Amino acid sequence: MEAEAAKYIGAGLATLGMIGAGVGVGTIFGNFLSGATRNPSAAGGQFTNLILGAALTEALGILAFVLGLVILFS
Amino acid sequence: MASPMHQFEIQPVLTLPTVNLPGVGAIDLSINNSILSMIIAASLVVLFFAVTTAKAAVVPGRAQVIGEGLFGFIDDLATGIIGHEGRKFFPYVFTIFTFILAMNLLGLFLVFTATSQLAVTATLGGMTILLVLLVGFIRNGANMYKLFVPAGVPWYMLILVTPIELISFLLRPVTLALRLFGNMLGGHVALKVFAGFVVSLGALAAGGGLGLLGIPGAMLSLGGVVALTALEFLVAFLQAFVFAVLTCVYLNDVVNLGHHH
Repeated sequence: MEAEAAKYIGAGLATLGMIGAGVGVGTIFGNFLSGATRNPSAAGGQFTNLILGAALTEALGILAFVLGLVILFS
Repeated sequence: MASPMHQFEIQPVLTLPTVNLPGVGAIDLSINNSILSMIIAASLVVLFFAVTTAKAAVVPGRAQVIGEGLFGFIDDLATGIIGHEGRKFFPYVFTIFTFILAMNLLGLFLVFTATSQLAVTATLGGMTILLVLLVGFIRNGANMYKLFVPAGVPWYMLILVTPIELISFLLRPVTLALRLFGNMLGGHVALKVFAGFVVSLGALAAGGGLGLLGIPGAMLSLGGVVALTALEFLVAFLQAFVFAVLTCVYLNDVVNLGHHH
């Protein structure tokens, strides 16, 4: 296999790590919605925690994305 | 068609002579497009708050409500997370928030996004973590080690917990920088890729014949560009907000070390 082809395949494989971040962020927002619809009065106060959890989870996916870019452009 | 990565290239705008500072070395004072967009962003923030608070009244006008709303939003955030001492750190959090928000939003109007440069976001992340370390050591001194040794954990668990806490602390500036960088870079690449589809499918349709099938595809991509631009405005605000929230959380860790408020 040519080195250039292997580089593109590797970059594609590296971004697969974002699947995990997608599942995680989906779980966070899904659980927030199911909690918020049961007790709407408490939902507003948890907005910061919601965004915080989503941001911390998303960072891991972004790490995989940046790794893919590093492989592609180095 | 230009490459989607073309928009992130640094180009010189104004070439200035190199200045030699004693003890520091040669400093290149040239202005490139990254510095230019940061200057515009910082000036816009100052101008915005100068205009909105110029004629401050007890009963605020439209502009004053926006300015005060933004101010109160971050004030609530800082005092909500750090507690009553949050006011001390409010100026830093507010500066970081408005500066990142201005850079992100400018990136959607201008051709260049300063926050899509890793050097810019890494500097912002480094500044935050240096402030956290400085405040931590000034307030707690040698007790800073408690950050990695949670209270009430048995000693045999500490063997496992302490290295994890240490690594997670060391990764904070990295994730802080990469999150902002990756979000802005990824969003703008996706925008340009979809915009490129419109051009290349349009060129296909111009050839006539079967190529005319490219027209519905081009219309779909154009709709995608509009939807993505709307999403990018949300991301621009959300990432500035996330940076401010995380700055507050990291400061709270060292300000209220060892006791929960």
